[in-house]
Amino acid sequence: MSKNIFLRLDWLSILIFLLLVSFGILSIYSTTFSEIHVSIFNWSTPAGKQFLIFTFCLLLLPLILLINPNIFEHLSTVFYVLSLVSLIGLFVFGEKINGALSWYLIGGFSFQPSEFAKITTAILVSKSLSSIQIDLNKTSDLIKIILSIIIPVILIFLQPDAGSGIVFFGLIFVLIREGLDIRVLYLGLLLVLLFILSLLFNPIGLSIAILVIFLLVYRLIVRTYPKTNKKPFILVFGISALFIFSVDFIFNSVFEQRHRDRFNIVLGLETDSKGIGYNINQSKIAIGSGGFLGKGFLNGTQTKGGFVPEQHSDYIFSTIGEEWGFLGSFTLIILYTILILRIIFRAEKQTQPFPRIFSYSFASMLFVHFFINIGMTLGLVPTVGIPLPFISYGGTNLLAFSIMLFIYLNLDSNRLN
Amino acid sequence: MIRKIILLVFTVGSSLLFITQLVLLQLINSDYSERSRDNAIQERPIYPTRGLIYDRNNNLLVANKPVYDLMVVPENINAFDTLALISILNISKKDLLSKIKSAEKFSRKLPSVVVRQLPVNEVAILQEKMWKFPGFYFQKKSTRDYIIPIAPNVLGYTSETNQREIKTKIDYDLGEMIGRQGIEKTYEKLLRGKKGKELFQKDRFNRIIGAYEGGAFDQTPEAADNLVLTIDANLQAFGEALMINKRGGIVAIEPQTGEILSLVSAPNYNPNLLTGRNRSKYFRKLLNDTIAKPLFDRCLQAEYSPGSPFKTLNALIGLQENIITPETKFSCNEGHYYAKGAFMKCHCKKGTNNNLIRAIYNSCNTYFAKTFKSLIESKSSPSISIDLWKKHLEKFGLGDYLGYDLPIGKRGFIPGSNYYDRWYPNKNWGATTIISNSIGQGEILTTPIQMANFTATIANRGFYRKPHFKKTFSKSFLDSLYPKNKTLIDKIHFETVIEGMHQVVEKGTARIARIKGVEICGKTGTVENFIRINNEKTQLTDHSIFIGFAPKEDPKIAIAVFIENGYWGARWAAPIGSLMIEKYLKGKVMRQWLETKMINGSLIAEYQKPFLGKPFVINE
Repeated sequence: MSKNIFLRLDWLSILIFLLLVSFGILSIYSTTFSEIHVSIFNWSTPAGKQFLIFTFCLLLLPLILLINPNIFEHLSTVFYVLSLVSLIGLFVFGEKINGALSWYLIGGFSFQPSEFAKITTAILVSKSLSSIQIDLNKTSDLIKIILSIIIPVILIFLQPDAGSGIVFFGLIFVLIREGLDIRVLYLGLLLVLLFILSLLFNPIGLSIAILVIFLLVYRLIVRTYPKTNKKPFILVFGISALFIFSVDFIFNSVFEQRHRDRFNIVLGLETDSKGIGYNINQSKIAIGSGGFLGKGFLNGTQTKGGFVPEQHSDYIFSTIGEEWGFLGSFTLIILYTILILRIIFRAEKQTQPFPRIFSYSFASMLFVHFFINIGMTLGLVPTVGIPLPFISYGGTNLLAFSIMLFIYLNLDSNRLN
Repeated sequence: MIRKIILLVFTVGSSLLFITQLVLLQLINSDYSERSRDNAIQERPIYPTRGLIYDRNNNLLVANKPVYDLMVVPENINAFDTLALISILNISKKDLLSKIKSAEKFSRKLPSVVVRQLPVNEVAILQEKMWKFPGFYFQKKSTRDYIIPIAPNVLGYTSETNQREIKTKIDYDLGEMIGRQGIEKTYEKLLRGKKGKELFQKDRFNRIIGAYEGGAFDQTPEAADNLVLTIDANLQAFGEALMINKRGGIVAIEPQTGEILSLVSAPNYNPNLLTGRNRSKYFRKLLNDTIAKPLFDRCLQAEYSPGSPFKTLNALIGLQENIITPETKFSCNEGHYYAKGAFMKCHCKKGTNNNLIRAIYNSCNTYFAKTFKSLIESKSSPSISIDLWKKHLEKFGLGDYLGYDLPIGKRGFIPGSNYYDRWYPNKNWGATTIISNSIGQGEILTTPIQMANFTATIANRGFYRKPHFKKTFSKSFLDSLYPKNKTLIDKIHFETVIEGMHQVVEKGTARIARIKGVEICGKTGTVENFIRINNEKTQLTDHSIFIGFAPKEDPKIAIAVFIENGYWGARWAAPIGSLMIEKYLKGKVMRQWLETKMINGSLIAEYQKPFLGKPFVINE
């Protein structure tokens, strides 16, 4: 065990982090580039601001690395409560931007508490799960955990900021990793499949089709294991049918048209490239026109024309696709994948539960952002307003994910202590 | 174990999914690149200014002048003083509002045209008040400026391409200037130059936000070529003045080269009318004048009977085919019976006995009828003879398009055996049936330019070069573009006929055409003509015709003049032809009295006769 913290650091993750943020700042500079603001270091431009936050994060790095790792565990409840207070405070002191009450404005800086709620919730869940008494198959324990996740989610949904809320559901990966009944995962996957199917097909026809499949599967299993119980089949089919009809009901009666549109476009049920499908269409044009090598930095015609809305934040990946081409986007995806996998592998090496679970939570949240953001930009996932961590413009998001990374680095470097 | 790898599987799975989608979008489907181009780049053409047109003496005929389209961007309009704008623009409020409305319908953010082609002086007034009219601005364009407003029938005109056209003319943009008629059309490619392009980066509102790639892909336009015409501006202008209040045409050709010195069609119009804002108004007016037909080029499109000048050709053919010699004489008694009970009148007194030269300068019908009859009957069948005759005439450029460099024209007509066989299926036709052709009446039709061309052929003693309007500057170019077309007639025969034509002016029908110090050869003609009034064939006053060339040796100008309903050839056509020759050869006209008489003379009353609805007298 080296005494020198520098030798114990996960330098690969730090390298990827630096690469991603630099790539991000360049891309933000490109999307907001105009002949008037030429300098990348102009603090009034988005790229300049992002650079400023990045510098601040780099200053924060040694401070967080030097903190005693036990502090996070001890203060988890305090952090959590503070962040709940900050979320509740939004309804009183918050600033409405783009229709959502998600921001505090302090001295010219806007600040989004939901980003920090991601850290505190991850810490609290890690703390709770690392306790020896906990048993995720015990309903009361499970409810306790789920409550600690769902409370910030509800507060965030109320802003309303569905995108940030959805990220918390990434913690389901943590629960499964830590012993939640694996059938929950299968059921979840089944429900996602049913959800898509019920949007594509008539609910009655679909239910009958599923009934037929269940009967066939049941008979097949009964032939080899005659003693198989009927009940779980009936139960699962019941849930499925109920789910199909409720999806149908919710989708058509509870959802607003704009929500419906987002699903319809990804599923190819609508192809209105001027109206509701505009964003995705323009994003795909930008990426597709990049070709193998891309059009070059600051040369993206789609980017310069501002065809893709929110291109410096949620749709930043389309700029990368256009200006850096397949080579750049491929590299970005690979870097991201390596980062997530690296964190998972290092987490698995932890001997203590808290560092492992926290690292795992971090990886899960990163994954959700990665999956939804790039999936949306590529037209594979319904539009959800969610940034690509380290790349997208957004000070709070960069700060929050940097802090999470630094906490991970801290815990990782103290693995053998 | 499975719990540990779930997130891992999801991560790797998603990145594989993303990479697949990237491959599809970026590497396989090229559709997106094109859509991005449409989306984000605007190509704006740069037009070179149209080539200038000069006359043969390097006088500038056609240049370009700026005009301005008043444009509007509806988004930028504020409340403005409508009254002030319409009073300067000289349009109605209704028009203005409907233009703005349709502009809004097109796009609120993109410019649309409100008023086309405002001249500089109107723009100058408006320009200083433009600040009162936000959303409106001027866009400079270029249109033709006719410095010397002559020869509209030769120059043609330009106008903007329309929506329908640009579907077939791929290289043209909507509203780009294109040559419509005349020289502008024939030499469109040369006069147009090669347009360049500028690429602009657009934003999502289709607004231009700057040069694309700093102009790296822009193309500079290639300047258009200037064009030097064979037309002599002074002669042309003089010819147009002579033709005031007359209908018909004058074609003057330099025989040696085939260069067209002037091509006057009357009535004509001022070419400047067909530029600018009121172009369509005037164009419609010209188009709708179906009686005077100012857009109808009488030199190129009007097919007339050639009349007596045609006798020169029949004489040449007779000589070449050994039907007659210069000494051959035929008697004439105020005409002759060419068949039983069929008498052809002649001006000659009773008992006249003409040889060929006398027959030419007296324009003896009898002589040429008898020659023609002998010619037709010289072979075993009239079919063979007439086809031989036709073959000779075709070598003079008759009966087909001459191939000059203007886009319009008529073939004229020279009948052959198959034509008469069609009319007389039993083939019971013969020399007497078609005798009118001997004196240039009958079935033959020629255009004035064809007449000028055969005159030039005679002047050249047996060859012509295709008449043309584009000047060539070297003998080798001339020979390759316009090689000599030789006739089948020996040079010596031409000398005989030319001597006859010289006598026409010296002591024959065209004595009025004599010019001191210039040996002129000519031939007059007086052609009967008919129109249908209320479905009844009605004879009108004869056309007055003159062909001629000068000087007799080494001719510099060959000319054909055709004056509709001018009666005797000597009355209008011969003096006009003579004045043209004098003007060209001497630079100025000495016979002021004749010039004044011709310029002031009017045939308007004659032209109105058939339309007054009452009986009228012809050939007064």
